[in-house]
Amino acid sequence: MADVIKTATRDAYGKALVELGEKDNSLIVMDADLAAATKTGMFKKAFGDRFYDAGIAECNMVGVAAGLATTGHTVFASSFAMFLAGRAFEQVRNTIGYPHLNVKLGATHAGISVGEDGASHQCCEDIALMRTIPGMVIINPADDVEARAAVLAVAEYEGPVYLRFGRLAVPRFNDPDTYEFKIGKGIELCDGNDVTIVATGLMVNEAMIAKDMLKEEGINARVINIHTIKPIDRDIILKAAEETGAIVTAEEHSIIGGLGSAVTEVVCEGKPVPVVRVGVEDKFGGSGPAVEMLKIYGLCASNIVEKAKKAISMK
Amino acid sequence: MDATTKKQLQIMACHVRMGVIEGVFNAKSGHPGGSLSITDILTYLYFNHMNVDPKNPKDENRDRFVLSKGHTAPALYAVLAHKGFFPVAELKNLRKPGAMLQGHPSMKLTPGVDMSTGSLGQGISTAVGMALGGKIDNKDYRVFTVLGDGEIEEGQVWEAAMFASAKGLDNLVAVVDNNNLQIDGSIAEVNSPYPIPEKFRAFGWNVIEIYGHSFDEIDAAFNEAAQFKGKPTAIIAKTVKGKDVSFMEDQCSWHGTAPNAEQYEQAMVELNAKLAELEA
Repeated sequence: MADVIKTATRDAYGKALVELGEKDNSLIVMDADLAAATKTGMFKKAFGDRFYDAGIAECNMVGVAAGLATTGHTVFASSFAMFLAGRAFEQVRNTIGYPHLNVKLGATHAGISVGEDGASHQCCEDIALMRTIPGMVIINPADDVEARAAVLAVAEYEGPVYLRFGRLAVPRFNDPDTYEFKIGKGIELCDGNDVTIVATGLMVNEAMIAKDMLKEEGINARVINIHTIKPIDRDIILKAAEETGAIVTAEEHSIIGGLGSAVTEVVCEGKPVPVVRVGVEDKFGGSGPAVEMLKIYGLCASNIVEKAKKAISMK
Repeated sequence: MDATTKKQLQIMACHVRMGVIEGVFNAKSGHPGGSLSITDILTYLYFNHMNVDPKNPKDENRDRFVLSKGHTAPALYAVLAHKGFFPVAELKNLRKPGAMLQGHPSMKLTPGVDMSTGSLGQGISTAVGMALGGKIDNKDYRVFTVLGDGEIEEGQVWEAAMFASAKGLDNLVAVVDNNNLQIDGSIAEVNSPYPIPEKFRAFGWNVIEIYGHSFDEIDAAFNEAAQFKGKPTAIIAKTVKGKDVSFMEDQCSWHGTAPNAEQYEQAMVELNAKLAELEA
């Protein structure tokens, strides 16, 4: 078996921006003094005259991006998730969301896997915040292949989008030659009829490992990758609820307001079945190596296995 | 500015003030004080200075205006209506359910509104973005924004001011409506942003100080700003909150209060008298 390729989704973001820049010379990229970390630095290097650094002033960056969008430019504005969705939440809500402007927010360093920087930088609330903004599209890619495809797709879409990328290099499981991305369309990665694991971001890979672990115990789990958390793919979720009768969600985000909440809302209103959530359990993060932190915060395949069994037991 | 032009602007400003009172009275809510303090500046911009066409409100080469102090939308709406962006009769529907004239400006609903605003401190950043867009696209349109003097207590204003000067956005003019009052009292008492000109100079702006109810001074300031290269311009305009409605002048209490029927009548009598005097 060939070695698994590991790439951070933020790297794929940077590369995809360069790819877009080559096709569209009106594309503008902004950052708030984190270009090296968010990987917009790749775009800056390739197209310095179309890159604008707002300095350490995220709220103003969001406003400038909104103003630029009114002049017909597609703008990607980047910072860490904590500062883009967190600090600049109201600016995103009022100057991008309310007028529904064509700004793409490229938020990196989302979740616990930021690692050593600790709780102040580990944003596990961004999906919850962005979900409350009417008309905001939220995409949380699972690997570099999906991240690239998502960036290219949202560039073609007119309206505000929140893209969520990670710092940690994660295994590639999508085939770049055959992978197809459609905004708002979930992907069934494997079929099963005992339980469905609905995962997003780096937890999709864990979900696939969990599926194999469950298989060894004679449990057939369906795995669904929800890359677009808003608008969520109701059909694929309700079908899974109907056909498997139990759901476990998995996300590197608070269990409050993220994928788990979104799936629960769909299931409760459409086809009530047990839903058990894997995520950060209403806690702040902490410092430590990313992989270790994911274990400490219960964001591993084994946690999904445990919660999947719980969901099945509640049928 | 010649005498005829000045008189025409004064007459139009009178109509705009009546539109402000009409709108806020019918809505039974809104912000008359700060609307009246920016009326002369907005009237000048739309009727004498800016390149805008009500028949083509989205023209990509137009000058842009962002009302950063979005709560004074009644003044902007009255100016836009008289300019022909929509019927003057619409002013009476201000703040009504489903109306195009929302409590704070919406670029999606109102023709002529270039940016949705209302949350203080944010409009200036969007104006900076528009000015940057003009530079990137080599267009010669200019961008104007009006801020409240209380609004500049918001930190984002200074983030935007820093960025605009760092990028040399000389196609941008920010007016500070220095009527000296905010909701909780005089700006000096609440959390003084004074001295205002020095602050903008320190942030690398060209600064002009005027009396914001003199069309001669307004005209000279905007013409100077148009010629000034290399830096954005801040026009610090001393104004009177509630200008030209005697009982509203310089009164904090008229920041966000609508007149009752009696007060409405009195305000209209005063403004009609002023109009008659100007037209005599």
